[in-house]
Amino acid sequence: MSDVLFDAPGPRAIARHRIYTVIAMIALLGVLAWVLWRLYDSGQFSYEKWEPLITPAYVRALLVEGLLTTLQMAVTAVLLATVFGLVFGVGKLADGAWIRWPSWLVVEFFRAVPVLLLMTLVFYSWGINRGSSGAYWSVVIALMLYNGAVLAEVFRAGIQAVPKGQSEAAYALGMSKSQVTMIILLPQAVKIMLPAIISQMVVALKDTSLGYAVAAPGLTEIGERIYRQFHNEIPTIFVVASLYIAANLVLTAIATWVQKKFVGEKKPLEVGMIGELDDARKP
Amino acid sequence: MSTVLDNLDLVFWAFVHTVALFLISGVLSLLIGTLLAAMRVGPIAVLRRAVATYVAIVRNTPLLVVFIFFRVAGPRIGIQFNFVDIVWGDLRMNNYFAAAIVSLTVYTSTFVCEAIRSGVNAVPLGQAEAARAIGLPFGGTMREVILPQAFRATVPPLASVQIALLKNTTIAGIFGVAEAFFRMRGFTNDFPGDRLGIFITFALIFVVLVEVVSFASHRLERRWSAAR
Repeated sequence: MSDVLFDAPGPRAIARHRIYTVIAMIALLGVLAWVLWRLYDSGQFSYEKWEPLITPAYVRALLVEGLLTTLQMAVTAVLLATVFGLVFGVGKLADGAWIRWPSWLVVEFFRAVPVLLLMTLVFYSWGINRGSSGAYWSVVIALMLYNGAVLAEVFRAGIQAVPKGQSEAAYALGMSKSQVTMIILLPQAVKIMLPAIISQMVVALKDTSLGYAVAAPGLTEIGERIYRQFHNEIPTIFVVASLYIAANLVLTAIATWVQKKFVGEKKPLEVGMIGELDDARKP
Repeated sequence: MSTVLDNLDLVFWAFVHTVALFLISGVLSLLIGTLLAAMRVGPIAVLRRAVATYVAIVRNTPLLVVFIFFRVAGPRIGIQFNFVDIVWGDLRMNNYFAAAIVSLTVYTSTFVCEAIRSGVNAVPLGQAEAARAIGLPFGGTMREVILPQAFRATVPPLASVQIALLKNTTIAGIFGVAEAFFRMRGFTNDFPGDRLGIFITFALIFVVLVEVVSFASHRLERRWSAAR
């Protein structure tokens, strides 16, 4: 798209763009140089600041206790959330109003409430006396509830995205509604939803860092311990952020690959906003 | 429930902080995000690439780490906000508040940028071609033709970004701003027997705030789509 926003530049525009490019380069290099100078000036490149981060014991702590625990939390939360989302997403499409409305209520509530409030409630009412694993599971449960509610919407949208002829044909064969959902709609919907589920893992991975508020284990907590001990805030945060970014980029790449492989070039699934009545916006 | 009813003024001022954080960083993130989006689709390759890298980095960093950066690491290299100190009623906008605004804005503006970029991509090709055909330069094409339509197409995703921002303001509570999460955690510590009532009250107020933003975006979307 961006190449149709402007004409193929003529000689004058090329000259002008060259000037802009030079100005932009100077500005960017200026910012970069200023940042580097500030870092250098405050001694952030000194060996003592970086030493803990290349010491094998701490590297191990960062990668195993940090990154691996964080990934574990995110994956566990999303797997549980998939089950949660499946139950309530199908519940939102049920025929009986007594299933549909409670499902709708649960999904809307957990989508609208900040994860941090959920996490605090779970931690103080359940996890606080269970030590480190209590904090761990408080984070996982809170993330399950939130991401599950988001995935419930994804499931609903995914089931509704299956062509209507599929369910009509199944009904014509004499299948019941639950058979149609389980045998015909869900297997096809899961294929469309896989990329969305993996993308949700990026969200969950970033949100595991909220465990900081309840002293849960994970990458952020390890980073905090390191910079509290060595007062090397900048290098530690640089490393911690890089690990998060790397993990997220890998997950995003996997999601894109799955999208291409299983869904093709079709548009990714669109999920409505919170507070939106079902299909209010569809034509 | 009695805890909340006994401390209504504290709850009120906590949510004043939340709403202040939301409104200030919401407006700032929309402005900066639009600027970033313009550079992201503009004709200058250097800026395009620089913004793409910046957005990829910030988007994939947890907001909590951004907060730690501005609160813990920033002061080490002279990023401080001690010059900010505005008090209005019980609303204290001090250096903690300013650091929270900066963190929320930096994080959210990258999501705004991506939402607007996808909105720009959703504007039909003919619009940009027609704008160029009548001789508008890039700035004019964007300002007069593309962005007004892109904004219309981006109302739903932008509203989602802003709702996420509203919920993310709770992280400021971990870092010393007396907003809703901070107050809720304080209440939960002081009155452990009442924690479910406290949670439900705070959660329901958040649900109401989210519904207000959602409702406003629906009104905007309906009004603007009629103008087409």
